[in-house]
Amino acid sequence: MAHPLHDIAIVGAYHTRQARKLDVSEPALLLDAIRGSLASAGIEASEIDGVNVSSWVWRVNCREAVQWLGGHPCWTGNGSPGIEAVLEAASAIATGQAETVLIAAAQAGEYTDHSATVSWTRPSSEFVECWGLYTAAEFALIARRHMHLYGTPPEALAEVAAAIRSNGARNPEAVMVGREVTPEDVLASRMVADPFHLLDCCINSEGGAGIILTTRERARDLDCEPIFLLGGGTDRQGMSYTSAPIWDLHGRVGARAAGRAFEQAGLGPSDVDVAELYDPFSFEIIRQLEAFGFCKEGEGADFIGDGRIRMGGELPVATNGGLLSYSHAGLAQMLQKVSGAVRQLRGELPDELTVPDASVAIASNGGAGALFCDVLLLGKEPA
Amino acid sequence: MSGIPLPTPNPITRPHWEGCREGLLRVQRCSACGDFVFIPRVGCPRCLLETLEWVESVGRGTLYSYSVVHRPQRPEFEVPYVVAIVELDEGWHMLTNLVECEPEDVRVGMKVEVSYREMSDEITLPYFRPRP
Repeated sequence: MAHPLHDIAIVGAYHTRQARKLDVSEPALLLDAIRGSLASAGIEASEIDGVNVSSWVWRVNCREAVQWLGGHPCWTGNGSPGIEAVLEAASAIATGQAETVLIAAAQAGEYTDHSATVSWTRPSSEFVECWGLYTAAEFALIARRHMHLYGTPPEALAEVAAAIRSNGARNPEAVMVGREVTPEDVLASRMVADPFHLLDCCINSEGGAGIILTTRERARDLDCEPIFLLGGGTDRQGMSYTSAPIWDLHGRVGARAAGRAFEQAGLGPSDVDVAELYDPFSFEIIRQLEAFGFCKEGEGADFIGDGRIRMGGELPVATNGGLLSYSHAGLAQMLQKVSGAVRQLRGELPDELTVPDASVAIASNGGAGALFCDVLLLGKEPA
Repeated sequence: MSGIPLPTPNPITRPHWEGCREGLLRVQRCSACGDFVFIPRVGCPRCLLETLEWVESVGRGTLYSYSVVHRPQRPEFEVPYVVAIVELDEGWHMLTNLVECEPEDVRVGMKVEVSYREMSDEITLPYFRPRP
C-alpha cells in the first residue's frame, strides 16, 4: 500500500527578502510571505482551508491567521514552522481535515540588545544559564567530543563553512552575497566558542517564508510545478537547552527521523541529489551526514572532503548559502529548509547554484545541541 | 562573574542547590533501578515511579567535553570561560564551568573535582577544577 505522504505535494514556495535588518514590520513581512506563497502556487486565498502561520516577536498565531485569510480556513496546525508543520499538515490533508494548507513564518525586530547573544540561543534554564551556555557553546560541546573520539580536525569544519558560504556569496538573495570565504578565512576568524570560529557560526537576520501543500490530485489542476513528499520523520530527545548535550546520548539524533523518511520513500542516502541540511554551525553538517547514513560515524570529515558537498560535487549542501550565509530568520529558518529544497528542485535558484538534474532533496531541522532533528525527503517525481 | 543569571530553585530542584550551599553535590538516584538522574526530575525515566532519592556524589570525575567561550552569553560573563560537561565517577553527567585552569591546558579526559563558589545568600554554584 502506498504511503499516505505520497499523496501530498508542495505547490507553492516563497521567500521574502532577507536582511540583517529589514525596513518592514514583522506582520507586514508575514503577509508578504502569505501573498508570495499563494502566487507561487497560483491559487486564491479562498482556496486555503488549513493554516499554520506564525511570527516570533508579534506572536501572530494560526487562529489570528484564519481571520487574516478572510475566515476561509477551518483547520489550524500547531507544529513549529518547518518539517514538523509539514508532516502535521500532510497528515491533516491525508485524513481529510483540509485539502490545501498554507504554512508561513516570519521574524523581524527581535535582535536589539547586541551585548548578549540572540534571545532564542539562551533560553532560561537553571542548570544551563548560569554556566554561560548558549547555542554555539551547546553545539560546540557535541563537536568537541566528536573531535576527541574520531580526530575530526578544525580544517574539516572550516571546509564545511567555506563550502556553504561560497554558495551564499553567489546568491543575490543571500544576506552575505559577494562574501566569498575560504577555509583559511574560517580558521583565521575570531574564536566564538571553541572549536567554532566566527565563520563556523550562522548569521542572524530577518525574513520570512511560506509554502502551500495540497493533494496530488489538486496539484495536477494548478499552473505550477509540484514537488512531492517522499518521506519524513522526527527525532525528539528532550527539552532543548536544559541539560548537557552528551554525545553518547544525542550524537546520532536524527538517525531515527532519517530512517523513517528513507523507508517511506523506498530510497537510501545514495539516491539523494541535494541536501538542504540544518547548518547552524559547520560541524552539524558532518554530524548529520553521519547520523542520516551518508557515511559511517566518525567518517564525516573525510566524506565532506574533495569538494563533495560543494556545487558540482556529489552532494551539494545548503545550496542557497544556508544559515551561515543566506539567512537565519528565527524559526522561519526551519521552514526555509523545506521551501529552499522546493525552490532548488524547481530550478528557481541562480544557474550556478542549481544542481543539474536534481530529482531528490533531503531537508533537515534542528540538531544535536538542540536535542531534536527532523528530516524530510522531497522529489520532482512522485514516489 | 558577578551579575550572571543565577538559578531560581523550585521544589524539585531545591535539594540540589541547598546541597551546594552546604558543600555537598547532590544527585537523584532511583531506589528501584539504581540509575542516577540529573537534571532533577519528579520520577525515574526508566521506572516511571517516584522512587528518586537524593544521594551525595563524590564530586570527582573526568572532563567529557568542553568549549572555551570567547563571545559571552551576556556581558556579565568574563571571557574566556570554559563551559564543560563533567562525567562524575558515578557515571552521570553535568554541565559546569572549569576554573583554575588555563584555557590552553584543558583536555578531554582530564581529572576534575568540584569547587564551590558562593554567588548569593541562596546560591552556591558547583564549578569544577583540575585535580592531581
